[in-house]
Amino acid sequence: MSAVRTAFAELLGMFIDDGQLALTLIALIALVTLAVKSAWIGPLAGGLALLAGCIALLLESVYRHARRNLAKRD
Amino acid sequence: MAEAGPAAPARQSTEAETPMTSLTTIISTVSASFLASFVEVVEAFTIVLAVGVSRSWRPALTGMALGLAVLGCLILVLGPLLGLIPLHLLQFAIGVLLVLFGMRWLRKAILRAAGFIAIHDEAKAFAAETDQLKRQAADRRADFLAASTAFKAVLLEGVEVVFIVIAVGAGRGLIGYASLGAAAACLLVLAIGFAVHRPLSRVPENTLKFVVGVMLTSFGIFWTGEGLGANWPGADLSLIAIALLILAVALAAVRLLRNLTTAAAVP
Repeated sequence: MSAVRTAFAELLGMFIDDGQLALTLIALIALVTLAVKSAWIGPLAGGLALLAGCIALLLESVYRHARRNLAKRD
Repeated sequence: MAEAGPAAPARQSTEAETPMTSLTTIISTVSASFLASFVEVVEAFTIVLAVGVSRSWRPALTGMALGLAVLGCLILVLGPLLGLIPLHLLQFAIGVLLVLFGMRWLRKAILRAAGFIAIHDEAKAFAAETDQLKRQAADRRADFLAASTAFKAVLLEGVEVVFIVIAVGAGRGLIGYASLGAAAACLLVLAIGFAVHRPLSRVPENTLKFVVGVMLTSFGIFWTGEGLGANWPGADLSLIAIALLILAVALAAVRLLRNLTTAAAVP
């Protein structure tokens, strides 16, 4: 059982490091998919929104980590 | 998920059947697969080498062979299933996983480059593994523990290689090319490793991870967009534009974080 748990944790770890980043990425993809499927935006606009969103979330994640790290040093 | 995008095309399963395959896609697929696999194989090699040197080569090679056998079974079981999934759905699912996988690599690489996370050091990893194995030397199950260490390393890093090959190759039916890149990386690491007979600590792992993170994230966004039905301007060439944009943002992020550190250091 613990081997299965370890394998599952390793598998999950392949995709998730910062849980908040992973969750917001999934939410972004879900939102963009919903917007495209509901024809609120076109597929290309959806792709571009995804690109912009991923960049914004990446920047937020590294900035958050850095701030927290610097606060610990003080 | 329901079929995304406009009229879903028939499943394209082989290189020859894929009309939109361009040289850009082939080159980026092979290079992404090669570089990502190279990093993973270096990490697995370090552990197998540590087992071989500190215990003996028998458990090291047994563990490695068993790990490769399990990976082979995984490929044999999962490989044919991919052919059953509609292309747009496959692109979307793989794209989402690649975005998560690639962003994780890129985030870590940015934080390492900016000095917020320690740089991965193969020599240190080798020393830690050797220490651990020496402590287990008195255990009567020492050979079993050594073999299982090699087995786990090969399996865990190997699963990542298999995922990378599928992820960068399946979206355009280029698994053959992606496998070629991964196989070349394995052969190169093994050739260099057995020639120098020590951990490949001079490989610029963080730089490689930075580049791979950019490439995998770009593939992820590109496939997810295609899975949603987006016709990217310039078709496959837009993959390069996306990668360049993400690279520029990642480099800017490293600079920003370094400035933060400098500003925080000033009293």
